[in-house]
Amino acid sequence: MAVDNNKPRAVILRTAGTNCAYETKYALEKAGADVDLMHVNQLVRDKGLLSPYHIFVLPGGFTYGDDIAAGKVLANQLRQQILDELTKFVDDGKLIIGICNGFQVLMKMGLLPEVNGAQTSLAGNKQRFTLTYNDSNKFEDRWVYLKSDSNKSVFVDNDSFMYVPIAHAEGKFVSESQEDIEKLDKSGQIVFKYVDKNGNISDYPWNPNGSSGNIAGVCDSTGRVLGMMPHPERHVDPTQHPRWTREGLKAEGDGIVIFKNAVNYINRTF
Amino acid sequence: METRIEVFTKEHFPDSVGNEIASEVEHIGITSVDEIRMVQVYLVDGDLSGENIRRICGELLINGLTQDYICINGSPNQPEVQASEIKLGPKWQGDDTHAIEVTRKRGVMDPVESTVIKGIKDLGLSARSVKTAKRFLIAGQLTTDQLETIANKVLANKIIEDVFIDKDNLFYEGRNEAIDEVFHRQELDILDADDEQLLEVSERGQMYLTVEEMRTVQKYFVTLGRKPTDVELETVAQTWSEHCMHKTFKGIIDYNGEHIDNLLANTIVKATSELNKPWCVSVFKDNAGIIEFDEDYNICFKVETHNHPSAIEPYGGANTGIGGVIRDTLGTGLGAKPILNTDVFCFGSLDMPQETIPEGILHPKRIFKGVVSGVRDYGNRMGIPTANGSIFFDERYTGNPLVYCGNVGLIAKDKCEKESYKDDLILLVGGRTGRDGIHGATFSSVELTHESEMISGGAVQIGDPIMERKVTDALLIALDLGLYNNITDCGAGGLSSAVGEMGEELGAVVDLEKVPLKYDGLSYSEIWISEAQERMVLSVPPENMEEIRAVFEGEDVEATFIGKFTGDKRLHLRYKGETVADIEMTFLHDGVPRTTRKATWQLPSHKEPEIEVKKDYGEDLKKILSSWNVCSKEWVIRQYDHEVQGGSVLKPLVGVDNDGPGDACIVRPVLSSNKGIIVSNGMNPKYGDIDPYHMASSAIDEALRQVVSVGGSLEEVALLDNFSWGNTSKPECLGDLVRASMGCYDTALYYGTPFISGKDSLNNEYTVGDKTIAIPPTLLISAICVMPDVAKAISMDVKSPGNLIYIVGMTKNEFGGSHYYLTHGFVGNSVPRVDTEIAKRTMDLLASATGNGLVRSCHDCSEGGIAVTAAEMSFAGGYGMELDLSQVPVEEGIVRDDTVLFAESNTRFVVEVEPQQQSAFEEAIDGVSYGYIGKVVESDMLTVLSLSGKKVISERISDLKNAWQATLTL
Repeated sequence: MAVDNNKPRAVILRTAGTNCAYETKYALEKAGADVDLMHVNQLVRDKGLLSPYHIFVLPGGFTYGDDIAAGKVLANQLRQQILDELTKFVDDGKLIIGICNGFQVLMKMGLLPEVNGAQTSLAGNKQRFTLTYNDSNKFEDRWVYLKSDSNKSVFVDNDSFMYVPIAHAEGKFVSESQEDIEKLDKSGQIVFKYVDKNGNISDYPWNPNGSSGNIAGVCDSTGRVLGMMPHPERHVDPTQHPRWTREGLKAEGDGIVIFKNAVNYINRTF
Repeated sequence: METRIEVFTKEHFPDSVGNEIASEVEHIGITSVDEIRMVQVYLVDGDLSGENIRRICGELLINGLTQDYICINGSPNQPEVQASEIKLGPKWQGDDTHAIEVTRKRGVMDPVESTVIKGIKDLGLSARSVKTAKRFLIAGQLTTDQLETIANKVLANKIIEDVFIDKDNLFYEGRNEAIDEVFHRQELDILDADDEQLLEVSERGQMYLTVEEMRTVQKYFVTLGRKPTDVELETVAQTWSEHCMHKTFKGIIDYNGEHIDNLLANTIVKATSELNKPWCVSVFKDNAGIIEFDEDYNICFKVETHNHPSAIEPYGGANTGIGGVIRDTLGTGLGAKPILNTDVFCFGSLDMPQETIPEGILHPKRIFKGVVSGVRDYGNRMGIPTANGSIFFDERYTGNPLVYCGNVGLIAKDKCEKESYKDDLILLVGGRTGRDGIHGATFSSVELTHESEMISGGAVQIGDPIMERKVTDALLIALDLGLYNNITDCGAGGLSSAVGEMGEELGAVVDLEKVPLKYDGLSYSEIWISEAQERMVLSVPPENMEEIRAVFEGEDVEATFIGKFTGDKRLHLRYKGETVADIEMTFLHDGVPRTTRKATWQLPSHKEPEIEVKKDYGEDLKKILSSWNVCSKEWVIRQYDHEVQGGSVLKPLVGVDNDGPGDACIVRPVLSSNKGIIVSNGMNPKYGDIDPYHMASSAIDEALRQVVSVGGSLEEVALLDNFSWGNTSKPECLGDLVRASMGCYDTALYYGTPFISGKDSLNNEYTVGDKTIAIPPTLLISAICVMPDVAKAISMDVKSPGNLIYIVGMTKNEFGGSHYYLTHGFVGNSVPRVDTEIAKRTMDLLASATGNGLVRSCHDCSEGGIAVTAAEMSFAGGYGMELDLSQVPVEEGIVRDDTVLFAESNTRFVVEVEPQQQSAFEEAIDGVSYGYIGKVVESDMLTVLSLSGKKVISERISDLKNAWQATLTL
């Protein structure tokens, strides 16, 4: 396919069990990006393949069946094989987003909540944050309201409120201590919190997995790496809303804004 | 050297797996458990230093924040604790702490093993083998019997798992010992055998061939002048099994004196050929039926059953059921992209007391949970939305549950035809072959007994969804590149069926030693008939050999050439150069003797109840809403990813709180287009207790009603039939099948909706002692409809106070098999029928009214009649309703309120219309029965006035919703 030189270029990493590549590609294209899929085997063989891209996407799915723990095996592979390339990617001012399983991968390889965390966090027991089993101990598919009161992430507008679905079994954000959550909050890295339909912090089912601090998504200290459990790519078209037959068809779905912000950021800075 | 690694959750973090198991243990009546913790065990065999083991644990196997580990290292005789000092606290060391360790039996699929090996490799290290186990630490005073009960009822299934109670087996010694493979070409001496001996050979080999069939085989080999080999006989048994050949449906039937030569061709297939719809692309010949979708794509659809395996090992049975039907779609035409799963289950009631469950049967609740998680784990991991289904409960399913799994695929228009050519190579791709699933095809063709789990344990398997996902990814690439000429899945009968079918016209030669094995020791016969999962067979032109191999390698999928299509019309099997089978394809495919079977049917007479007339039917309504079949299935639905791939337009749960019961699902297979497909299902075995004919026509009516309810029309609707029946060698049982098939023919023809594919599963009976329990005849009808513009879809929840409520369709005194009778303990006789004077016109007019934007919501009337329909619409939308029964059009002579409220007459809809559309709507449906019966109100009350104008129902919608939601909470 010919590359449109004016468009930001995104690459979606593909491997055994990345299931959401198709709809994530659709969302990014709709937002104005030029999108390729790439198998992890190709990337590991030729790391230079990453350089022409501006946005690196780890989509949802069940990589390697989520055997051992969700996202763990791909995280291990990326950490061992292309960690330097990925940190350089961020240092170059480019963007990384991990959605659902992709978020789990970013957390477990240590790229979130801090890019340089990967070198240190897994040695010994120094890891301070992770994603683990939902309080319900079940996979659940349900729609959630997200609120953002941080302007740290380039993917998200401050004060944004969006309605998107979650579909996971291991999305509960936990920390070593309450203090850690507060620190994360203070640094503006808590990008999304689960809220009720009125925008207030609430318990299950509004907080679908029991996450500490109702955390649904976090970014790194540069704001250029985002991880989130909910699926913005599943709400980019109006007919994807669960109540469009009641509330009418909007111009587009809430989730598109994340992809548009990414595209706009690249357009501004490159 | 072996290392045993135990990973556990740190004590100050909750162990959600352990907690859930503890609550299940309490459910089965053992209350002395204090706490349960799950320990994940990995046995790693490799030349690894202590430092390397620490890396494997710290970087790969644990989540450092929440988990810790210990290692037991060294030779098996001298275990030595190493690594981490942190262990679980004193609570877990005392006398009142027990341990139950569960591990999969040798040869049972465990995908985690290969994933861990991959992870270790990514660390730059290597392991020879990995085995996993789960160790449950149980704190509490428990007797040995109680521990046994916990192990067997909650933690493990001995069919596929080994259990160690308070007994260490730290290194599972001998687990890697090779089984010496002794090649031994076996011949069976049947040339001079008498009938008794022939049957003995068939039974001993679990081939389940009848004496006529064995005689036919004998005659064939007598003519050849040689004894058959074991694998030749096995191949015949697989090919001729009911599962593969559908001998009953295609045989000769004497039905009440009428001669029917091929029931299928005379009913279901006949309706399709008479309708001759131009949009039917491929019917009844491929793995799935195909209809047109848009300029670029067609749609294919298939539903399968996986009943017997699910009875014995529910998780694995359902798992491989959904995996199998996905491969059907992958192997339709040259290959389709799977885009939607459906699932329909039938179980015994979940609240049956344990002591009423016969020996050898799992409790319905355990089957239910296992089946749901089996479908969940496979469908979700494959990235296919599961968005339509239903669950039906009846005591007769207790020993023989039904598991229907369906899959819809999107297939390019130019990839719908396939054909192998002479000299094409046979390529086997996907999972490795093991001893799993031996005799699945023949096992599914006989009835279950309490010994089934002993005899047929090998027929049960666990799936590996990520393998199937990889196979799918690789296949779709090879498909785009046009690298193969033909494809089919390895399903029942394994390679025997797949190669046998593909090579039917050409003949094939296969070198069985080339098939990649999971472990040594399989005989050539086992290799040939193994039903190991996640395998497909392709027919590849020799010039594409290298390119296609590279495609699969790039996706980490094993692909092996095992033979070729010859052109000599023989099936030729070799093992290490020696011929082990050589028979003609024509004998295999056309040699089965046809039998004539007797079928009888007469209308049964059930007791007709006398139910007292009441002044208030609120309690009756709540009783039906909370009944097993009607109640909310949200507990199940939420565990399925119903929106992956992004195409979801109408989800299974709808309404103001996203929890009302949607009628059918709608998805957009191509995200850049607003063209969609509607998928629905219809089934009501209760009607079959009276007349399977009307059960069939009602099921078709129900599936079509749901299509119309969400905004579809009958323009392009295709149907699938799935029959699950008892033992059809009993004339009454076969008579039911004939009746149902006739109902299918008449009704499909009437509605103009052709069948495109189907399947039958017979012998669904369970014998314990001298008692045989047959399932009720159960016909599942699935409907698929192409919807030109999904923006015209509507949902069932009421939308706005002030809107008008209509009933469309005529209410008759039809209570036979109804839920109103059921809650009173009766079946009755007046089974709902489809009124072929008016039913189609009713659906057509309503569809066109909806298409023109005149309808705000619509819900069809099924179990529980108008009352249940109105209640569901009301609480899903969050508004009350005021209704007046005197405005409901009824047939002459109906004077009772309960008839109007709860009768289950077909082809009826409750419809919400905006006041300003009143005349337009009434004009649009002029010509069919309808009534303006009330309106949506702001209040939270559902109020219904009787025929004589008094309140017969006055209930808060929150109470009705609670009744509906409270039943299925596990």
